[in-house]
Amino acid sequence: MDFGPHLLLAVLEGAVGASVLALTALGLSLVFGVMRVVNVAHGEFFMLGAVVAWFVADTLAGHPAVGFVGALLIAPLVAGAVAMAVDRLVLKQVHYDPEATIVGTIGILYILQQTALMTYGPEARPVEPPFSHRIALPWFEWTEEGFEMFYPWGLSITSYKLFVIAAAVLILLTFWAILSRSRYGLLMRATQLDRETALAFGIPVGRVYSLVFGLGAGLAALAAVLIVPIQQAHYLMAGEPLLLSFIVVIIGGLGSVRGTVVAALLIGMSDGIISVFLSPTLSKILATLLVALVLVFRPQGLFGTKAA
Amino acid sequence: MSPGARSLALHGGLIALLFALGFLLPAYHQGNLARIMVLATYAVGYNVLFGYTGLLSLGHAMFFAAGMYGLGLPMQHLGISALPAFGLGLLSAALLSTLVAFLALRTIGVAFMIVTLMFSQAGFLTILYFGTWTRGDEGFVIAQASRSLAGVDLTQPLARYMAALVLFSVALLLTARMMRAGFGQVLIGVRENEERTRMLGYDVFRHKLAAVIVSGTLSGAAGAAYALLFGYVGATFASVQYSIFPLLWVLLGGAGTTIGPLVGVIFMFYLIDWSSGLTNAYMLVAGLALVLLTLFARAGLMGEVRRRWLPWLP
Repeated sequence: MDFGPHLLLAVLEGAVGASVLALTALGLSLVFGVMRVVNVAHGEFFMLGAVVAWFVADTLAGHPAVGFVGALLIAPLVAGAVAMAVDRLVLKQVHYDPEATIVGTIGILYILQQTALMTYGPEARPVEPPFSHRIALPWFEWTEEGFEMFYPWGLSITSYKLFVIAAAVLILLTFWAILSRSRYGLLMRATQLDRETALAFGIPVGRVYSLVFGLGAGLAALAAVLIVPIQQAHYLMAGEPLLLSFIVVIIGGLGSVRGTVVAALLIGMSDGIISVFLSPTLSKILATLLVALVLVFRPQGLFGTKAA
Repeated sequence: MSPGARSLALHGGLIALLFALGFLLPAYHQGNLARIMVLATYAVGYNVLFGYTGLLSLGHAMFFAAGMYGLGLPMQHLGISALPAFGLGLLSAALLSTLVAFLALRTIGVAFMIVTLMFSQAGFLTILYFGTWTRGDEGFVIAQASRSLAGVDLTQPLARYMAALVLFSVALLLTARMMRAGFGQVLIGVRENEERTRMLGYDVFRHKLAAVIVSGTLSGAAGAAYALLFGYVGATFASVQYSIFPLLWVLLGGAGTTIGPLVGVIFMFYLIDWSSGLTNAYMLVAGLALVLLTLFARAGLMGEVRRRWLPWLP
């Protein structure tokens, strides 16, 4: 394949990664923004989503679409419920103290991961996509004979991957509408701005916190359900999305929703594109160092304007 | 008894007890205790920063690994003998901790944790990237013949035990002395109230810098000793899990107590040893321990002992 088609393919693959990453990172960012909690167990809620998706798809017989839709509904609810229980039983008890919540969520990380190992097992299992058509993509070129259109070998994408991108965009728009237009969004934004005043105005801050923590986990689980027909569900799959979400949230500015989405696109796309041309390990080294240096020298994030 | 005499009696007594146990314990537990003492040295190093200075690092595995690879790589590829290689291990940990300290100490709180986590992750990935020399996850074994120090064969169980005891004793006495001196008192001041310590005229940044370097170098010494005594160098020791372990040990044993790190490692080591016999999901125990400690015993075992019965415990 020539450079041009190769790059187009990398961009498309990158877009799939970026859209899933945007959802996952948004969950982390929301939790940090509203609750000031760094949820180290966020990746495990992603894993939980994928594993539940497999269980649901395995239980529901019939057309793969039935299992997939079932997973799309059930997995975020399960992850959200677990997260709300964690909020009530652990985070609330330590009064959301920053250090205690980090240590506590590290503990939750291992509990969820090892419970998955005991119940789901060490195997990686795929979930069948509801539909998957290979779509060959055309490429245009100016040659001596003039404008030419042809189908380069290997330049293709599946319909399911396009669906993932569309679904992620839809979810992001819905989320944005909820946050900026609905009463729940108003409560969340009020709590984010000033916890004390929100409390004084009768906003049930404790319930908002539980809801936000559940919603953050639900977003991660939703992202996992979308990706699990492409990648496989595995009990150790949480590390990568956690690391990338951290990178996105920090680059985008802690707690800023718009920054998070922009950074997710940037990181997800460049991760997809760079990995095609550069060793994935090297690109990850550069990304982690970049994050550390951003935090050291520009703690408000690359797109943030003022310290969060 | 004066505080100095008490401290001497406690630490001297502990070292004497460990020395006697070297001869009394059956082979299996003697081997375990040797490993525990090396890991406890790592925990003692972590405690200097977390327990006394109040800085929570999530990236200490990079210092442990700097010591481990600083010793292992020259021994493996350049044929350097054990003693100078140990020096190189210490040096690499000291250099890395100095560099990390200068960058990471510009941040505080949550940002400090994430910066150390990210640097450590970059270190881990770097080890994987240079797999040609480090052999990545698989790691490499240090040849048995080269593992001797001043004519003593460190592959012999008793010699290995005593070497681990020497390492641990040096770390224990060093930190106990340091914390009773003015330097340590300033670190505790930084932990309790950074602003007030600054107001009193102490250079807080320089003290924190020194704390990171001491902590990182002690961790590196433990890493180098681990490679030398047990003959294996691998990327697992640079992974996030090995940054979480010292945090867990110190929290469990009691942050800011001199013997807490050892107590924490002993408990956790045998807890994991016992549970890995029952299930392959033995890290579940570590997770539960972290959550329970966060919820119910923030002071840890020795911290509780100090609070309830022995207020003089150093």
